[in-house]
Amino acid sequence: MSAIYILWLRELKRYVRSRAQIVASLGQPLLYLLVLGFGLGPVFQRAGHGSYFQFVAPGVISMTVLFSSIFSGIGLLWDRQFGFLKETLVAPVPRLQIMIGRTLGGATVAVIQGLLVVAVCVIAGFRPVSMTVAPFALVFMVLIAIVFAALGVAIGSGLQDMQGFQLIMNFLVMPIFFLSGALFPLDGLPKALGFITKLDPLSYGIDGMRAVLIREAVFGSHVDLVVLAIVGAILLVIGAYRFSKIEI
Amino acid sequence: MIRVRNLVKSFGSFTAVNDVSFDVERGEIFAFLGPNGAGKTTTIKMLTTLLAPTSGSIELDGLDPQKRQNEARRRFGIVFQDPSLDGDLTAWENMEVHGVLYHVSHRHRRERIEELLNLFELWERRNELVKTFSGGMKRRLEIARGFLHTPRILFLDEPTLGLDPQSRNQLWNHVKKVNETEKVTVFLTTHYMEEADRVAHRIGVMDHGKLVTQGTPQQIKEQTGTQTLEEAFLALTGTTIRDESASSVDQLRQFARMWSGGKR
Repeated sequence: MSAIYILWLRELKRYVRSRAQIVASLGQPLLYLLVLGFGLGPVFQRAGHGSYFQFVAPGVISMTVLFSSIFSGIGLLWDRQFGFLKETLVAPVPRLQIMIGRTLGGATVAVIQGLLVVAVCVIAGFRPVSMTVAPFALVFMVLIAIVFAALGVAIGSGLQDMQGFQLIMNFLVMPIFFLSGALFPLDGLPKALGFITKLDPLSYGIDGMRAVLIREAVFGSHVDLVVLAIVGAILLVIGAYRFSKIEI
Repeated sequence: MIRVRNLVKSFGSFTAVNDVSFDVERGEIFAFLGPNGAGKTTTIKMLTTLLAPTSGSIELDGLDPQKRQNEARRRFGIVFQDPSLDGDLTAWENMEVHGVLYHVSHRHRRERIEELLNLFELWERRNELVKTFSGGMKRRLEIARGFLHTPRILFLDEPTLGLDPQSRNQLWNHVKKVNETEKVTVFLTTHYMEEADRVAHRIGVMDHGKLVTQGTPQQIKEQTGTQTLEEAFLALTGTTIRDESASSVDQLRQFARMWSGGKR
């Protein structure tokens, strides 16, 4: 247990110390939130969907959690290069504990980052339908964070170089984001696109966030919870297996 | 303390370590020498559970490091060829993480970290981030860390690579001191022959995956009829230069250096 704790703490310390990075990583969500939120607002309203800003805010929060958690896992690549990974791999600790410590650390950092964006959204004028159920959004943020931190570890365990990283970024992370319904409603889509969005785990995370925050859901919050929990469990197992197979 | 019999490691059709056998006694300093790509690091990786041997047997303090990994891991400390510190943590925190991973009890951990940081002259800088340290300081910290859990065997894979003569000298003095006071068995590799000559009790010379010879520095010099260990080494392994192709790790390091402005 203490090994899990110390590796979790390490991720947190690294995060708190990278102040410049914290500020920088708020840039992208801000851009999406303010430019798209206010820019597409009039069109959205004319289409009869209400406020686009209210709609897109849960999507932007989830996006932040997605990027932050998946990169923490892929950060394995850096640990591999700067050698710290070896230090943990020769330690007399089961690899499963090392993987769990890292994953939970990455997920915690992602949730904190997500909460920062929540604060930004509220300042910019985002209002959840009810303040009493709003804390349930945290449950979905934690689930999204664990799902994608585990996915990140599963991928990061096999990555050897920067080219691979670019590939993952363009062909996995961006599609996960764009196909999740973060930026557009998932109902009434063309059949093919609608089908693909249903395969994206983030769709359920964002649907859950919207269900809680603005009472708009396509799948329903119970379905979202179950899907995220199952996908999370599967990815944790895959991540742990891939991590246990790392050879340096 | 270390017992290796007919050790083989192949990667596909390439045999990196080919039928190597040797023994290292308790409290001994054993130096492994060899040109680049001779198989030294691969051997250390197998000894330290990072790689599984293709065939052959290894015993560390009577334990098979493949079958009883965690027990074996508690018994050795290792300083890798390339850095393995976390630059975003302080010297103290790097030691602390290591202590926790190796199950060193809280009180003992504090005492031991203080003692080692003092010994390696890093106590004053204990609360600074490791990325601000010079190469020599990082090396010292890594070696101090390797001793933290009072290992019975210490593996040093080219520990003096890229250090200035002052730091090298100091480092070996520390290693000798701890070898004498704590009776730690030391297994090291190096490219600096005069260091091996000065520090090691016994030496093994490796080339093309095979152990060419082993014995005391004196025996090896007599065996080849040469004056210095460097001459003996060249007599044993020839004068051709071995080029290793850059691995993806090297390429990425270069990339990272480019982006971090050479800070790491």
